[in-house]
Amino acid sequence: MTYEPVIGLEVHVQLKTKSKLFCACSTEFGAEGNAHTCPVCLGWPGSLPVVNEQALKLGIKAGLALNCKVAERLKFDRKNYFYPDLPKAYQISQYDMPVNGRGEVLIETKMPDGKFVEKKIGITRAHLEEDAGKLLHEGIVDGSLVDYNRGGVPLLEIVSEPDIRSAQEAYDYLTALKAILQYVEVSDCDMEKGSLRCDANVSVRPAGQEKFGTKVEIKNLNSFKMVQKAIQYEIERQIAAIEDGEAIVQETRLWNDTKSATFSMRSKEEAHDYRYFPDPDLVAFTLSRELVDGIKKTLPELPLAKARRFIKEFGLSEYDAYTLTEDKKLADYFEGCVKEGVSAKLASNWTLTELLAVLNEKKLSIEASPVPSQKLAGLIRLIEQGTINGKIAKDVLGEMFTSGKTADVIVKEKGLVQVSDTGLIEKAVEKAIAANPNAVAEFKAGKQKALGAIVGAVMKETGGKANPKIVNEILQKKLQN
Amino acid sequence: MEFNIDRVAELARLSLKPEEKIKLEKELGAILAYVQKLSALDTKDIEPTSHVLDLENVYRADEVKASEAAEKALEHAPKADGRFFKVPKIVQKD
Ligand SMILES: [Zn+2]
Repeated sequence: MTYEPVIGLEVHVQLKTKSKLFCACSTEFGAEGNAHTCPVCLGWPGSLPVVNEQALKLGIKAGLALNCKVAERLKFDRKNYFYPDLPKAYQISQYDMPVNGRGEVLIETKMPDGKFVEKKIGITRAHLEEDAGKLLHEGIVDGSLVDYNRGGVPLLEIVSEPDIRSAQEAYDYLTALKAILQYVEVSDCDMEKGSLRCDANVSVRPAGQEKFGTKVEIKNLNSFKMVQKAIQYEIERQIAAIEDGEAIVQETRLWNDTKSATFSMRSKEEAHDYRYFPDPDLVAFTLSRELVDGIKKTLPELPLAKARRFIKEFGLSEYDAYTLTEDKKLADYFEGCVKEGVSAKLASNWTLTELLAVLNEKKLSIEASPVPSQKLAGLIRLIEQGTINGKIAKDVLGEMFTSGKTADVIVKEKGLVQVSDTGLIEKAVEKAIAANPNAVAEFKAGKQKALGAIVGAVMKETGGKANPKIVNEILQKKLQN
Repeated sequence: MEFNIDRVAELARLSLKPEEKIKLEKELGAILAYVQKLSALDTKDIEPTSHVLDLENVYRADEVKASEAAEKALEHAPKADGRFFKVPKIVQKD
């Protein structure tokens, strides 16, 4: 029998505010224990929470970017449960009147054949809530330590509809979501710092069946790759269980990355009863049209729209366009090159391959690139004009990184100008043919690859400066005789 | 109004003696019955309220202000370890 996976994701992102959701404590990461706490976020009796205006606005902005219906009226509710990461014994969240209602995200998901297919993932809701504190267990035998610095930090919980059908789609959805949230500058979405967290709900059902199977919640997912691996594992585990006649238990499972498997939390599964009720410390909000429309006007061009424009305007491949637009800074860099008047195809290739390779090697982000887009465009221009060939250009780029000089200056100083003098190249070709009789024989016997050795010899002879197109032409001519 | 005293106690993390259960069940029942009187009213045309004050849209600017609460709180905490509050060992979630 074939089975269809049904997946929904719950994503928590930290909103980029200076202070917490309900108090003036700093949200900065990495402070010493409990340094960012006050009577409100420590839950002292008599303290009063007051909503951070910026957090509310960022929540609305994120909702608009996810095509959500923004609420006209919203309120905050208490979600009650006992756990030491919550000093108040409740979390302030939103229950039945969230800031953002139904929305959707369009993703381009890569099929096994390499083609991209558009898919719509519904958003159920995206609501505001406060983060909990952090418990430290390691190395402590007689208890746990609690740090409330994170407690009260503003989060937006984005709940997707169960519209995702594969682990790859889940990965693509997360990538798209992260790109959107970064474009609109509501969150850093840095999983390492915990500013983006994801839980997955996974079930399987026989293909064609309408009713959903029993779902399992997977937690402890620390990267998008981990989400993908855990979902794939869980799909296979559930199918195997069903085939063996076992029933799927509704439970929470934790992903163990070293063992590459999910494990049941085996905790006493008490039915949760959060007993939500409106927080009497906080008043409701009515959002005016002007406020929401005003925020809508600040939305930039979003990743998918940008990618589609790149394809249409610049003739980029889908793959290049989606890769460039995953990161707004990268997309801006590429467009910066193109604005200098160089070929978009070359600009895309040089940005995505050569530039990123050097940046990754030096562990630099695109915005910290010592070679700005105008300078890369300068290098590309030299290739377009035939002044240098691609191979030399790579060396020049490396030199640009270290010296900060422009490509023009480096090429002039080092005498790297491409040799297009046919007489000179002809001599080098003749010499190479004479020196490589074996390769020549192989080529004549039909082995195209043998040509590489001869071209290599020509390049060596000319210090890598020979125009490869002319070398090829002369070589083909000579060998045909 | 129906309720289960064991469930209520469990949710509130209270362990009750049998005689306490009987007493509290009676008292809680009486309180709920009193509040139940509200359901006799016709609330069809009444806006749901979640707050007694006629206020809305109360917020503050996103500004950071340091507090010295942590020092005091740690000082008065039943247990603390350096800059951290110390709580009884939580059942490990794995
Ligand atoms: Zn605080």
